[in-house]
Amino acid sequence: MTEAREQILAGIRRSLKRGRLDAARETELRERVAAHRRNLVPARAAALDRPGRVDLFVAMAEEVQATVARVNSPAAVTGEVARYLAAENLPAELVLAPDPSLDEIPWGERPLLRMRRGRAEVGDTVSLTPCLAAIAETGTLMLISGAETPTTLNFLPDTHIVLVYADQVVATYEDGWDRLRTAAGLPRAINFITGPSRTGDIEQRIELGAHGPRRLHIILVDDRQKASDGEGK
Amino acid sequence: MLATSRTFEANARAGLANDTLQRALALMRTGFPQRRRLAVERLPEFEALRDIAKSIKDHTLEHLDFYLELFEEKVLASGGQVHWARSPEEACAAVLAICRSVDARIVTKGKSMIAEEVGLNEHLEKNGITTVETDLGEYIIQLRHEPPSHLIAPAIHLMKEQVAETFRAEHRALDSGRSLAEARHLCDEARAVLRPRFLAADVGITGANFLVAGTGSSIIVTNEGNGDLTQTLPRVQVVMTSLEKLVPTLEDAATLLRLLARSATGQEFSSYTTVSTGPRRPGDLDGPEQYHVVLLDNGRSALLGGEFQDMLRCIRCAACMNHCPVYAAVGGHAYGWVYSGPMGAVLTPSLIGIAAARHLPNASTFCGQCESVCPVKIPLPKMMRHWREREFAAKLNPPVYRAGLLLWAWVARRPALYHALVELASRALGWLGRDRGRFRLLPLANGWTAVRDMPAPEGRSFHSLWAERRNGDTVR
Repeated sequence: MTEAREQILAGIRRSLKRGRLDAARETELRERVAAHRRNLVPARAAALDRPGRVDLFVAMAEEVQATVARVNSPAAVTGEVARYLAAENLPAELVLAPDPSLDEIPWGERPLLRMRRGRAEVGDTVSLTPCLAAIAETGTLMLISGAETPTTLNFLPDTHIVLVYADQVVATYEDGWDRLRTAAGLPRAINFITGPSRTGDIEQRIELGAHGPRRLHIILVDDRQKASDGEGK
Repeated sequence: MLATSRTFEANARAGLANDTLQRALALMRTGFPQRRRLAVERLPEFEALRDIAKSIKDHTLEHLDFYLELFEEKVLASGGQVHWARSPEEACAAVLAICRSVDARIVTKGKSMIAEEVGLNEHLEKNGITTVETDLGEYIIQLRHEPPSHLIAPAIHLMKEQVAETFRAEHRALDSGRSLAEARHLCDEARAVLRPRFLAADVGITGANFLVAGTGSSIIVTNEGNGDLTQTLPRVQVVMTSLEKLVPTLEDAATLLRLLARSATGQEFSSYTTVSTGPRRPGDLDGPEQYHVVLLDNGRSALLGGEFQDMLRCIRCAACMNHCPVYAAVGGHAYGWVYSGPMGAVLTPSLIGIAAARHLPNASTFCGQCESVCPVKIPLPKMMRHWREREFAAKLNPPVYRAGLLLWAWVARRPALYHALVELASRALGWLGRDRGRFRLLPLANGWTAVRDMPAPEGRSFHSLWAERRNGDTVR
């Protein structure tokens, strides 16, 4: 394997008609990488103020068949979850990410909602997770893996509910990278999710729910209120 | 897989005569180009992003050795492993060794063109490991033992009735009374059959759309979510990829991602874009325990610095084939190997040799659509011309063709003679065709006149009109 590695690198240098880059050039390139320099960023979302960004996020997410419910406060989340499950004729049970940010939701007010916290298992039908950011330009959710946010919750259940606070809505993917870098290192997985799972593999007809969730429901909390310790996350 | 590119002409004729294929291709001709156009119109910066994407890829290729070493360094730092493979054999051996090290019996696969290129499934199956394709289109063609016919829609050559037939034949538990009449039924059936496979797999193999040197990450883009289940659930994650997928930073990846989905399916963004970096972290409740990247060269490093380097910018969006009149007429299987359409016409000769693939660079009208929609501005027609030159230099064309071309070249290098002959020929043809205005048959051109009439020349040649006009301009 080391032989293959050396041969491939030597082959590249031979084709490029040069030897290994000199140390100064390598340092320069490493600095370029470390600078996180942005390329051209489309104005669509970047030019908007915060309310405009949130509206664009909602419009773009709905365009790709996500459903969005806007609620005023964290206290209203449980009611929306119960309403959504009933409206979709789904059982009143869900698996929640074991993330402390979800502790701020008054789940106790809805004793009929059966809840479990952890990773998704076979048979789980509905999951609810937080997100790291929501990206306005394409209505995209940005979720990361971690001990408190298992990735299986995003893909195994038929229905995925994502909680988004208005202050998590950023303009672009680049803003998402910046939010990520303020946290500790890169997580194992970063999932950008734009609408529910779909396929066009049979006669190019779009069908939802190919392998991932058939439904993606976004609960957008306009005002964080007392849930302020999650600010800037 | 065994290439049948040598018989492109026969393959193409078979494709043209295949009514089901023609119905399927008709759906594609209208679908993809229209959706791409609408998506491009919605993003005013699209053209500027193409130029930036091209320069990102060019920069990376010019420093590929550096970025590969940086990528490897970062993968190792995040707890993953990198396996360098010069050839398909080495790539297959590396994957088999990984599978054997964990006694893998079932492997799930997200769509990977590199796996197709190296014939990974055959190799693993030969060694007693069951491979399950999980992308719906790829799953269908695996059941049918067919190669993919399109970069992003591998079963685009099939109609839903054929898929239903395949499922009825292969899914033993399928109730014969259940309807498979609609695409919806077929998706549900595949979902139900594949879900237990995802859960049973020991190793999950996907490709990569991009590799990020600065973070040691691999990025996959899917709509179905199959790639994510493939790489999240098994104990071991393997990324099958090739050298040229590298970009320096996450910011660079964001720029390319803005072009990829719009160019491919006309979507603003695909449903799932996933950045993977290393295996599961301490405390994680899910995710693979091992993360491996198999980096394939297979002749790519030799393309650097030469007339085919630009091909290494390709991000496999399939816009070139979606807009190609030749692809739309004959379908992807005619090209006879893994890659089809204009990008296949350029890449295939680089990978399996011009002798085996000499027809492919000729399967073009040079209409230029492919280059005009390419998100990274690859000059595909120009490179097809390079291959035609090499084909001629290697004396691969038939003797009659070569003799004709040499004769034409001899005349074309003598302008006075050339103009005189053209003038003579056009007058003669004009006189002969003066009644009907067209010819049904022409000697030496029956291949051409078999499917269309040749209009009879009218009046004078372009050369003489141009000469007169230019002289007139000078006088004035």
